[in-house]
This record gives sequence, structure tokens and C-alpha cells, in this order.
Amino acid sequence: MSSTADCLQTIADYGLRSIGIGERLLPRSDFTLCQQVTLIGSGMIWNLYFGVLALAAGFVLANALALAKASPRPWLRRPAEGFIFVFRGSPLFIQFFLAYSALVLLPRDGLSLFGLTLPTGWMARAWAGALLVLTLNTAAYSAEIFHGALKNLPKGDLEAADAFGLTGWARFRRITWPTMMRLAWPAYTNEAIFLFHATTLVFFSGFPAFRQEGDSLYYARYLADKTFNPFVAYPIAAGYFVLLTLCLIWLFGAINQRLNRHLPQPVRRLRYRPKLIR
Amino acid sequence: MFAHCADPKALEGLAWLSCYLSSGTHLLFYASFGTVLLLLALTAPISLALGFLGAFAARSPVAPLRWLGRSYAAVVRGVPDVIFFLFVPIALDQGIEWLLSRVYCDASVPVRQGNEFVVCAAAKMPPGTAPGWVHDAYGIALAVVAFSIVFGAFATNVLYGAMRAVPRAQLETAEAYGMTPRQIDRRILIPQMWSYALPGLSNLWMILVKATPLLFLLGVEDIVYWARELGGTKTSTFAYPHGDWRVWYFLALLVFYLLMTWVSQRAIDRLSSRLSRGQATLAGETLRKAGVAT
Repeated sequence: MSSTADCLQTIADYGLRSIGIGERLLPRSDFTLCQQVTLIGSGMIWNLYFGVLALAAGFVLANALALAKASPRPWLRRPAEGFIFVFRGSPLFIQFFLAYSALVLLPRDGLSLFGLTLPTGWMARAWAGALLVLTLNTAAYSAEIFHGALKNLPKGDLEAADAFGLTGWARFRRITWPTMMRLAWPAYTNEAIFLFHATTLVFFSGFPAFRQEGDSLYYARYLADKTFNPFVAYPIAAGYFVLLTLCLIWLFGAINQRLNRHLPQPVRRLRYRPKLIR
Repeated sequence: MFAHCADPKALEGLAWLSCYLSSGTHLLFYASFGTVLLLLALTAPISLALGFLGAFAARSPVAPLRWLGRSYAAVVRGVPDVIFFLFVPIALDQGIEWLLSRVYCDASVPVRQGNEFVVCAAAKMPPGTAPGWVHDAYGIALAVVAFSIVFGAFATNVLYGAMRAVPRAQLETAEAYGMTPRQIDRRILIPQMWSYALPGLSNLWMILVKATPLLFLLGVEDIVYWARELGGTKTSTFAYPHGDWRVWYFLALLVFYLLMTWVSQRAIDRLSSRLSRGQATLAGETLRKAGVAT
């Protein structure tokens, strides 16, 4: 009974440790299983933060990039192709390092622009800088997926749109875009899972963990280093990620069903069969 | 390295830069690119071999072997690779030392004492008396194992899918000719599989290339380590003082990786058109119609 009470106390102390609420000092010795599960779980807040926001912002940017890459105008196509080549052709780890070392070079007391002083110090912090890199990175990968889907739109769908007199924005909104999403969705699911896995890199890549507020892998490594025992902390972190992956598959599968709801056959069920598109 | 570099303080402009870029630490930096290429050269074939083992296990008629093959691929894929890169080397290191300690040390002393992992001197790996390069090589070997386990699981997945994609009729024809299952695997399945496996394997190669900077996490003195060391601010106590140049060093690494992936993509495209020849696929049909000489 008392161990349950202890554990509840631990959760109260460390459940929100990763965002600076609760006990200031991390446990230093006599680590209980409850402490490890709580701390690593608290770190998942950061993984969710980076993953959800980068996915949302990257989705919008990826749509724009995919359309730009499919554009016949070179001044629109070339920059999109270049952006996608740079972010898909280089390791995310290097992108993090490069972004961090560039962001710390920003003047400390802010950029002055037209007499206004823009504060810049926050850009080198993980919550902003790493989020920016993750967003640009996932936008490049997703843009390539969306562009592939755009190239594979069934000819008949577009001809039908023409026959109904749909043009311009209306055609894009009602025919082109929904079909593009429907075709791209299985591959995009895969990309989303990769993105959440990639969030574990943030605190190993130059971005410092402010007041030891890090992500799940940051705490897992802390605990493994302190206990010299990798067989507890890392499997806990792995377990959290398996759960997260299952939730993502469920969520994206539900969206996939909705995207395909008009199709006559029994709905194509989304199965997590990673094709390793990265 | 050059004769005129004897007094760096007196140099200026290009002469300074040429001496700076050929200093001893920079030569170590250039050598660490070799470490990356070595890792790629070792990991790629080992992962491919592990992938073959995994794929054949996953196809096996023996149930436990089939479960083993499939769960290997599923578990490693569902978890971020960084966790494996952190976990495998230390787990392997402790496993080896534990085994050695059971043989060479007093077996009644537990290896885990509180928060310590203790083995006697005879069971240390590598031995404490070993020269420095043995420690480096051991570190790289552990990294190769960690990378191989992760990428072996990816390769298992790719090869398993490719083997299932080989048209059933081709295998049945082989059976009709009276080939044994092993002969079918060797003469039909594996040669025919490559054209289906190539897109997945080339993707895998790209992921492997882009995973190499993670060597830094394993404590190997790789290109990321040297870029951080050399790029950091150097005060005037150093022979070549300069400000924070890390951004230029990482830019150089970025260009290196862009070149690597670009060259790889060119090579893969050529290989892919070579493997498509005569295949009953869209790409093969296109080549046939274009009249490409074989």
C-alpha cells in the first residue's frame, strides 16, 4: 500500500518535471522503477510537443512545396526542388547542429530592424530552434510524398472535373487536393511515425536541455548513465514509443477511412507496413 | 605540414589558411571521414546478411523461427533507432564483461553492486593494458554491431517483401522442373528478387548514409566530434586563434552528405535500369520497347 502512495507522490513530483513543474532536483540514487517510468513519461511531453507542432506546420508547408515543385514556372519549381534536395539529402542530425551553431551567432541583444529591436535569444533554445528544423525537415519529406501523389492523380478524375466545368481553385479544392491526400496518406503515415521517432534527436544535437528539462530519451540516458544499467531505462522509453506509434496508426487509419469513404469496395484498411520512404 | 608553417602567428591570408587547414588536428578530422566510410563499408554487407537471415527465418515453415524473424523486424522498426544506438553498445559491452567475469573472476561476487557495474581487472574489455587504438577499434566494432542490428531489421523487411513479390508462377515452374526447395531459392528466388528489392534497399542505403553522424552519440571520434572541436572558439593561446566557426564546419559536413547522397542516387539509378532488363515489370517493358541492347 505504501509503495502505491510513494509512487503517487513520485508522479506528483516528477510527472511534469520536463516542463519545469514539480521537484527541482532529479533523483540521484536509489532509483525506483516508478521514478524511471514517471520521469521518462514526463519527457514524452517534449516528444509530443515537437512531433505535433512540426507535423501541423510541416503539413501546410509541404502542400505549398509540392505544388511549387509541380509548377511549370521555373522560378517557382527550382527553389522548391532545391529545398527538398537539401533537406532530404542531408542527415537531420547535421541539420540540427548547423541550425544551432548558426542561431547562436545571432546578435545577443537582438536584431534591430527599422528602429525596432527583435529579440533573438529565444531562437537558439530547443523549443523554437529545433522545432523550426523539424518542421522544415518533415516539410521536405512530405512534399516529396505529396508531389508523387500529385503526379499519380488518375487522369479520369481530372477529366471528369473538366466535364463538370470545375476550374481553378474550385477544381483544386474539390478534386485535386482530396485525391492527392487519399493517394499520399499511407506514405504520409509512415513519415509521421518517422518524425515522432526523430524528435528523440533534439537534445543530443547541440540544443541544450535548459534546467535538465529534456525529452524521454534525455531522461532515459540520464538514468542509464547514473545506474550503469541500460536494461531498464531504454526499454521503458522504447515501450512509450511503441504505444505512441500504435496511437498514430490508429489516428491516421481513421483519417484514411474518411478519405476513402466514397469508394465502393470494402474500405482499404491502413496497415503499418513501413516502406522506408525516408 | 608545410615548411612555411613553422610560425603561424606571422602568417596572413591564404598562407595562414593553408597552414590552418593542414594542421595536425585537421589531418585527424580528414581521417575521420575514413571512419565514416569504414562504418558504411562494414555495416552494409553485415546488415544485408542479417536481412537475408531474417527474411528466410520469416518465410520458414518452422513456426518459432518464423515468429523470431517477424518479431525481430517488427520490434526494431517500431522504436526510434537512436534508442538502439544508445542501448546496444552498452548492453553488449556489459554482456561481454559479465560473461568474462563468470569465467575469470570470483563467480560469487555479483557484477551489479548498487548503482555500479563492477568486474575484476581480468574481465575488462578491452583489457586495461591494451594500447589506445584497441579501445578505438573496440568502440567502432560495437557501433558496427548496433548499426547492423537496426539496419538488419530494416533489410529483413525489404527482402521479405521482395521475396513475396517474385511471381508465384516462376517458382511453380521451377518446382515443375523438379528443383529442390534449396535449388529454387538459389537459382530462381534470389536472382529474381533483386529487381523488387532494389527500391527498398536503395532507400535503406540512403537512410544508412544519413544515420552515420549518429556515431558521435556512441563516443566515437567521428566527423561531428571533430567539427565541434575544431569549430569552437580558439583563444590566442592556440596556434591558430579564431572565433566561433562551427557553422562553417557543419556546412562542410552538410555538403559532404549532399554529395554522398547525390552520387549514391546516380549509382542507384544506373543499377536499377540494369536490373530491370528482361523483367516482367513496367520498367522492364519500357526498356524492351526502347530497344536497349542487352
